[in-house]
Amino acid sequence: MRRLPVRLRRAGLPYLLLLPALLLELLVHLVPMVIGVTMSFKELTHLFLGNWGAAPWKALGNYRISVDVNAPVGAALLHSFWVTCVFSVLAVGLCWLLGTAAAVFLQEDFRGRGLLRAVFLTPYALPVYAAVITWAFMFQRDNGLVNHVLHDQLRLTDGRPFWLLGDNSFYALLVVAVWKTWPFAFLVVMAALQNIPRDLYEAAALDGAGRLRQLRRITLPSLRPVNQVLVLVLFLWTFNDFNTPYVLFGKAAPEAADLLSVHIYQASFATWNFGTGSAMSVLLLLFLLVVTAGYLLATSRGRKRADA
Amino acid sequence: MPDLAARTPPPTAPRRSPTAGGRPAAARRRSPNAPPRSFLWARRIFLTALTGFVLLPVYVMLSSSLKPLSDVSGAFHWLPSELTVRPYLDIWRTVPLVRYFTNSLIVAGSATVCSVVIAVFAAYAVSRYRFRGKRLFTVTVLSTQMFPGILFLLPLFLIYVNVGNATGLALYGSRGGLILTYLTFSLPFSIWMLAGYFASVPRELDEAAYVDGCGALGALFRIVVPAALPGIVAVAVYAFMTAWGEVLFASVMTNDTTRTLSVGLQGYSTQNDVYWNQVMAASLVVSVPVVAGFLLLQRYLVAGLTAGAVK
Repeated sequence: MRRLPVRLRRAGLPYLLLLPALLLELLVHLVPMVIGVTMSFKELTHLFLGNWGAAPWKALGNYRISVDVNAPVGAALLHSFWVTCVFSVLAVGLCWLLGTAAAVFLQEDFRGRGLLRAVFLTPYALPVYAAVITWAFMFQRDNGLVNHVLHDQLRLTDGRPFWLLGDNSFYALLVVAVWKTWPFAFLVVMAALQNIPRDLYEAAALDGAGRLRQLRRITLPSLRPVNQVLVLVLFLWTFNDFNTPYVLFGKAAPEAADLLSVHIYQASFATWNFGTGSAMSVLLLLFLLVVTAGYLLATSRGRKRADA
Repeated sequence: MPDLAARTPPPTAPRRSPTAGGRPAAARRRSPNAPPRSFLWARRIFLTALTGFVLLPVYVMLSSSLKPLSDVSGAFHWLPSELTVRPYLDIWRTVPLVRYFTNSLIVAGSATVCSVVIAVFAAYAVSRYRFRGKRLFTVTVLSTQMFPGILFLLPLFLIYVNVGNATGLALYGSRGGLILTYLTFSLPFSIWMLAGYFASVPRELDEAAYVDGCGALGALFRIVVPAALPGIVAVAVYAFMTAWGEVLFASVMTNDTTRTLSVGLQGYSTQNDVYWNQVMAASLVVSVPVVAGFLLLQRYLVAGLTAGAVK
């Protein structure tokens, strides 16, 4: 009988060690998520903020408002959704391309390699708001660097275009997001490249394979498993990105660069209508779940076929 | 690409280790995989362009922070008309930057310490024990990374407000609430990476510690933690950066006295005049601690990714 507590303690130890992490994740992520889903079924306006349990049920009403594309709210949400999709695909593609190219070019040792590596990681290390505020300054119409170079120096544009208003804001946001995120792809690919044995390249070179062939036959196939995760993570981050558009444009993002996170934030806090905001968030989460599941299924099957 | 393949020198040179640093030797006898000229030029052009793109904002930040206000209000110029450190003196008076700085330090520092300690425990359990629900735990924790922040921002905001109303415990608007929130942001990645790091510490070392009479916690703190110190440092840097740079929750969950830098910095641009030189100076000042820390310790982050996560 006296040994039981010891054994219990043994078996319980891993759970005990996990407990703090688990409790915090429950408190800050999982429970709020459940509450968020509940909120999406309620008519939760500023009237019920102090006592949100008393808010009346609205069943699927919030969802109906969110997806009714003929009404202004639903139409705006759909537009924001498309903008976010296009933005994410472009940003992820560019980040991956830049990150992989830079990592491949830095794979072999040469003078200044360590310095370049540190330089390339700087955008990732800079606090988002500091970096994005600087970009906002560069994109100013009258006193920014971008218009100075494009208009005053290169004379490529007729007038001084606005970059943070109107249609151009999409490209401004894309440039800033890529600048900010590509170092992460670089970091991950660089780490993955260190696991590829050098002998493979040597052997390939002895067989007469040039750089491009080595890239196609050794580097890219070795990166496949890493890319699978990397592209997904990049996509989820860009799709959910709030900080970049929020700091770049302030509270009201221009229509062309109206990403979902900011859109939902606006819809919730500008009108204090948390019910509809929650419904939109839940729809966003459902979409991401479906995309993630589909992506993992598709890429895993592709991988198995490639291995076979 | 046969033309490229043809241009590589014939594999007559004796094989030598490519890393053996023998630059002069390599120049005399080219290794079989010596880079062709076209590759070198492609590399030079690409890396130069990329460096320009990466450093452009850094240059703007630095040069503008040393300009007088008249320089940054008119058309942009690459060089300051005169160098001045005035912006660096003024930033502290235009907005209560010291207070924001203190708040950010307290919030990010506490979140980092708590997150690292909790992650060490969890990662030890994941890397050393087999138990029921392990897979569920890792999947759940990692999948929280995927949630849109906006989804739990609203409920968390309400929870903090309601907990405050019910118990008098000030979570909303307090540093404590923010610390609690931030430490869960870095937790999943920290656990994931540390578990990989810990797995690379041989188990025999743990067992030796058991033989010496240590318990599980003794083995963790005497053997595993010292051996995985670089990984722990890297995780700490990551956690600090995450908390230092967060904007969304800080903009909702802080008030005038607890405002952190990420929100406070916008104070320079809400006035009628935007003091761009001060904005740039302040951005530079708040960036230096994290960038310096990150660049000093990025080696360990790469090592950590190589050791655990990426495999």
